[in-house]
Amino acid sequence: MNLDKFVSLENVDKTFHTKSGDFTALKDVNISIKQGEFVSIIGHSGCGKSTVLNIIAGLYGPSEGVALCADKEIAGPGPERAVVFQNHSLLPWLTVYENVMLAVNSVFANSKSKAEKDEWVKHNLKLVHMDHAMHKRPNEISGGMKQRVGIARALSMQPKVLLMDEPFGALDALTRAHLQDELMKICAAINTTVVMVTHDVDEAVLLSDKIVMMTNGPAATVGEVLSVNLDRPRNRLALANDAEYLRCRQAVLTFLYDKHRKEH
Amino acid sequence: MMQQHFKAWMSWLFPTFLGIFVFILIWSGVSTATEGKIPTPFVTWDAAVNLFSDPFYDNGPNDMGIGWNIMYSLGRVALGFSLAALVGIPLGFWIGRSLFASRSFNPIISLLRPVSPLAWLPLGLLIFNSTHLAAIWVIFISSIWPMIINTAVGVSRVPQDYMNVAKVLRLNEWQILTKIMLPAVLPYLLTGVRLAIGVAWLVIVAAEMLTGGIGIGFWVWDEWNNLNVPHILVAIIVIGLIGLMLEAGLVWLAQRFSYGE
Repeated sequence: MNLDKFVSLENVDKTFHTKSGDFTALKDVNISIKQGEFVSIIGHSGCGKSTVLNIIAGLYGPSEGVALCADKEIAGPGPERAVVFQNHSLLPWLTVYENVMLAVNSVFANSKSKAEKDEWVKHNLKLVHMDHAMHKRPNEISGGMKQRVGIARALSMQPKVLLMDEPFGALDALTRAHLQDELMKICAAINTTVVMVTHDVDEAVLLSDKIVMMTNGPAATVGEVLSVNLDRPRNRLALANDAEYLRCRQAVLTFLYDKHRKEH
Repeated sequence: MMQQHFKAWMSWLFPTFLGIFVFILIWSGVSTATEGKIPTPFVTWDAAVNLFSDPFYDNGPNDMGIGWNIMYSLGRVALGFSLAALVGIPLGFWIGRSLFASRSFNPIISLLRPVSPLAWLPLGLLIFNSTHLAAIWVIFISSIWPMIINTAVGVSRVPQDYMNVAKVLRLNEWQILTKIMLPAVLPYLLTGVRLAIGVAWLVIVAAEMLTGGIGIGFWVWDEWNNLNVPHILVAIIVIGLIGLMLEAGLVWLAQRFSYGE
């Protein structure tokens, strides 16, 4: 298996057929992601970054080109590419525990016993510190907590790649920072490959090994790819004056607000 | 605290009783103006007390207590309504889920839905050769539309996010139906059921006037033929109360099954 190209998009185009005609969202997108790498996709709104994520998730198929994961063509959605959705997408009629159990039940239907499944659900809820609210329903917990449960659900599928679509976009700044720190700890602990869509420059630099910057749509494509050469574990306070951190931050800001400024 | 409670209670109680009081006043006025052709509230009350002192007497098929008449009507509604649910809800799911089904059924539903329920009665009489079954048929056909339409709307409004979750988890069709569709559609479905029961109870009274037999609708018509107006007024109030209770019961049910977003 090619570990340098664990996930890759090769010459991917995506055209949507809408009532008002065809809309080319992506044009000639090439991305390759190493195993264990944390990659952020950043760009202005409407640049098709979520479309890229949905193609990796298998929710959309590419119109041209090919999307690969672990040397296999991505043919549709599946638990090996678990998604943390932007608006958490927990089922409101199920408790926190039941939401995660639904995932565990479908992924480990035959490979885990009932007790093992129960154990595994609780383990994943502990990982995101939500085991105390196991029997609450989504409408009884805060936005940040819902997103934790969304992450627990995705992690419980033991995915090869964890896909996150602006996972902290709807949260307040303090909650967001807190969850970012925890996400870094979790990623360090389980060493999974992560692809995250974001529009937050600091978030991208803090969390990522590599930042994929996208040009504005329509027909958006990869503008630049930036490697973030910062040691882990990372500390947001210590990084505030770090030369490499500032260089990366500057590079992304320049890309977004100078080279590819979005005109309104 | 107590005082506030009392105040809140009074602010509900006072207008309610005022409304009822003014209603009875107008009723008495009408009664006086028509020289007693429309009986006064007191005469009506006496008639009601008399009727409900023995609601379940049985002097043969043409002379049964008001309780029996109500039970027969409720029985027809229950039967026609259940059959409509049995057919309408699965059909609604299918229409909501499949563009093909939606395109084939929608024109027919749009055409048949505005038809007055009683227009279906002759067909029922012709096909079933029985007034009892014909009345059930009318209930069936008039209460099926809200169930189909609301279920279909509910299904088509299941958030795409939930369906994406189902796709990522690779749930099979049965799991999608039971774990995602059914709970998501339930509030819509119950709205349909509530509208349907309202229509069914409206229609049964009119249908029974035409079909005859035992039932609150025919009972009203029978009392008209006997020129027993107080009984007609009692029937109107009783029909209203039962409709109210059916509705309230389903609202309660809907609240039990609704979930917060």
